[in-house]
Amino acid sequence: MLAWTLYSAFLGVLVLMFVPVPGARWARGVALASSLTGLGIALLEAVKFKPAGELITIQKWAWIPSLGIDFHLAYDGISLTLVLLTGIASVAGILFSWNVEKRPREFFAFYLALIGGVHGVFLSFDLFQLFVFYEIAIIPKYFLIAIWGSTNREFGAMKLALYSFVGSALVLAVMVAAYVLSGSQTFSLPELAKVGFSADFQRWAFPVSFVGFAILAGLWPFHTWAPTGHVAAPTAASMLLAGVVMKLGAYGALRVSMALFPQGLKIWHESIGWLAVAGIVLGALVALAQSDFKFVIGYSSVSHMGFVLLGLASMNIAGLVGAVLQMFSHGILAGLLFGVVGRMVYDRAHTRNLDELKQLNLGRELPFAAATFVLAGCASMGLPGFSGFVAELQVLMGAWKRFPWMAIAAGLGIVVGAAYTLRAMQRAFFAADAGVLAPGTTESAAPHDPWEPISCAEKLGAVSLLAISIAIGLYPAWMMIWIQSAFDGAFFAGLRKVVGW
Amino acid sequence: MNTFGSLSALIFIPLVAGLVVAFLPARAAKAAKGLAFLAAGLCAGWVAWIGGRFDSAQAEMQFVEKWPWIPSIKVDYHLGLDGLGLVMIGLTALVVPFAMAVCRHETRRVPLMFALILWLEAGLFGAFTALDFFHWFLFWELSLVPAYFLIKFWGGEGRGPASFQFFVYAMAGSVSMLLAFLAVSVATGTFNFLEWAEKGRSGELASALSVRLAWFETFKTQEGLAQCVFWMALLGFAVKVPMFPFHSWLPSAYSEAPSGVTMILTGAMSKLGVYGLLRLILPVFPEQMREALDLLLWLAVATIVLSAFAALGQKDLKRTLAYSSVNHLGYCLLGVFAAMKVTETGGLWSAEKAAALNGVLLQMFNHGITASALFCFLGFLEQRSGGLRGLNEFGGLRAAAPVFCGLMGLSMFASLGLPGLNGFAGEFLIFKGAYALAWAPTAVATLGLLVTAIFLLGIMQKVFWGPLPERWTHWPDLTLGEKLLVTPATLLTLGLGVWPQAIVHWTHATVTQWVGWLRF
Repeated sequence: MLAWTLYSAFLGVLVLMFVPVPGARWARGVALASSLTGLGIALLEAVKFKPAGELITIQKWAWIPSLGIDFHLAYDGISLTLVLLTGIASVAGILFSWNVEKRPREFFAFYLALIGGVHGVFLSFDLFQLFVFYEIAIIPKYFLIAIWGSTNREFGAMKLALYSFVGSALVLAVMVAAYVLSGSQTFSLPELAKVGFSADFQRWAFPVSFVGFAILAGLWPFHTWAPTGHVAAPTAASMLLAGVVMKLGAYGALRVSMALFPQGLKIWHESIGWLAVAGIVLGALVALAQSDFKFVIGYSSVSHMGFVLLGLASMNIAGLVGAVLQMFSHGILAGLLFGVVGRMVYDRAHTRNLDELKQLNLGRELPFAAATFVLAGCASMGLPGFSGFVAELQVLMGAWKRFPWMAIAAGLGIVVGAAYTLRAMQRAFFAADAGVLAPGTTESAAPHDPWEPISCAEKLGAVSLLAISIAIGLYPAWMMIWIQSAFDGAFFAGLRKVVGW
Repeated sequence: MNTFGSLSALIFIPLVAGLVVAFLPARAAKAAKGLAFLAAGLCAGWVAWIGGRFDSAQAEMQFVEKWPWIPSIKVDYHLGLDGLGLVMIGLTALVVPFAMAVCRHETRRVPLMFALILWLEAGLFGAFTALDFFHWFLFWELSLVPAYFLIKFWGGEGRGPASFQFFVYAMAGSVSMLLAFLAVSVATGTFNFLEWAEKGRSGELASALSVRLAWFETFKTQEGLAQCVFWMALLGFAVKVPMFPFHSWLPSAYSEAPSGVTMILTGAMSKLGVYGLLRLILPVFPEQMREALDLLLWLAVATIVLSAFAALGQKDLKRTLAYSSVNHLGYCLLGVFAAMKVTETGGLWSAEKAAALNGVLLQMFNHGITASALFCFLGFLEQRSGGLRGLNEFGGLRAAAPVFCGLMGLSMFASLGLPGLNGFAGEFLIFKGAYALAWAPTAVATLGLLVTAIFLLGIMQKVFWGPLPERWTHWPDLTLGEKLLVTPATLLTLGLGVWPQAIVHWTHATVTQWVGWLRF
């Protein structure tokens, strides 16, 4: 049934494209219905899910039999975690784009197409099919940013698209080579994972495909598309971009590069670890120096995705589970942070410059936004009690076993993370002299008319995302069992054997 | 094994009460204060009830609650209480309502303020009772966030930088400590404090670390690796206590925070650091500590002496007392480190070690009471002078406000360690034990006692004595409410001075067990 997460998204696209729905409300309604269906199905399957480690095939049709290409939808604990994340992020994104009035039908059609593509990647167990969905996800991203974006949107959109295509090209080259070399005339991922490619092939196939995927995960030094893209994108698109699209890269790196070329991983893991650490530390340091609120969050995403890559590179079960958990956690938190900054603050204050926000006394004017950002900020800087801590804890444990200096350097990144989060928070919300303590309702000197109150949709979105982060932070056991079961399953047998955990 | 969740209840009362208070409307300031005070009072009563059922002859953990939490990485929900924990939750339960009473005149965003205080209390209770690292770290960090906002929102002029510095320092310490204990957990496969302590005592930890971690080759010897992990762990507590040279966040944080909040920071929260040393460093890293002991002892001495001189140089009374807090906690450091000094196991040495460690626990409690009382009196002073708190702004207040000066003077004498008042007993035991165990650092540390006496007497001279300036002639003495407010602290100051056994009674079994552990 999990396939319907994918179908419902594309069904939504078809409805929005071909049924002339009148006005923004209806378009929103269709998009929300489609996303809610996807989320509902994902939740239902999550409740029913028994973590056994086997791949659960949903559908398998011959697609291009002459080339051995199937349409193969299946899932394990990792896919399920990420499908659930996509469902949550898609609903939250719609709640935070309730105010889109410009060409709403097209906006939501692109939005749903992106969601559908992402679901497709997470559920595909045929390499060719995975690649197709991976590309499908790029196109709507471009249009969402180029049409509905803000600061430098053409530039941001183009940069993002070009980086994505370069990554895809690298992946494509390896994909075709693997198909030819496997000699088994199949694109099926479980089959390819069993092949055991020659060490010489893995030596170059692994880094090329890993980097190809990881560009989208914000691997330093190929991360520069991320901040500009996030900043240019409209709120809902930055939520999805940071929330799920960056996970596509990390997921591809894990599901394809690492599972197919484990010996390559063993050769290259240390270099990847250092790049991940560079991303963590440099991303955090750059975030500390930004004056645009959204750039702070954009660079923080690079820093947090560094933990995912560090976990993958540490090649042990703690690091891998931590990496997948961090994908989920960062998806929730990045969505929340972009929602606060893009929707709650920017749409009302019409500026994201931290120095200008200083004058506006937002802590007093928008207490809900301030409180949400405080909690989301605490979560983002990795305080215990929130999902980010559990994930980073395991990544660090994994890194300790493999490369201790990287664990220490990543710790430095966490400290800088606390500093930039506090700095942005103090400037954006709590800088004015009277601050939050000004008595009663103030007549603000700010040039704005009465602030538009935080809408119910925004509140609902913010509260549910926070609740999820806290729930995972306090009781991560169930989700960790899903993820761990997947790593114990047959699909990763090759990886397990080579790196040995 | 599991008892009725009396410790969980202790944590959840302030946590839930804080949530209720936070959502009260700003108009309902009175209700918020009342409710918060009620919750804090309930906690105090609850602690008293727990104390009544606590078996002081037993050194093992009591009131243990243990449930699996994250089975795949062996994290438990694990609470328990020994003598150390009991004294600490007792102190917290006393200081928090005291501080709330000092904050009662606050008019700005009252519900939020009292909710934050309640959450801070919950964090402290949690950190003083948790026996699993994951669980403990949650509360250790949880206490940081409310403290940050209490300084940031209600603090004085320099609150922005002060709160930022406070948070980032603490976070840096926490991350370093987190990494160190993650290494320990990777090596031992558990997060349980008690199991760590066993591994540390038996000396298995160093070899386990080098077997389970990849970086053995970097350090050549397994001792070097364990040493590095030990220093990283120590850093977290060194920032919190604070130990020289990691103390520089403290004076501005203490002096910018409103008086009531400073009372909690110094009275209860600073004890988290010493508590961590006793719970996590002393038992887990005994060998590594012994290796570095000379350096540690001299750092403790530097903390004591330099902070005393720094206090002497301050012109702002709140900063003087902030440095004086550093000085007093330095004695705790000295006691803890000295207890490690001698490896001989004779009965005499054990008695000295027990004296030093009992002294540390006593000093923690007494400093909590005395320092919070002193900051409370400073709060009264600021309130009356319209925010002035310079050393040279006052004079002759004794004539205008004899009760105020008398009671504040009593606390100051307690702080400088006058025999008969509570401060003496703890410092005496520490010095008695430490002198026998490590005479040279202890001898230098007495310089700190001397300088403390000089600056405290200096304050008395400049503030209480001398001619009364014209503008303070109408200085009001303590009101009835204020007198009632400081009564408990005053009674404790006098009472514990003549009968320190009231605290030692609870801690002795625990300390005896530690001393037993120290011999190998």
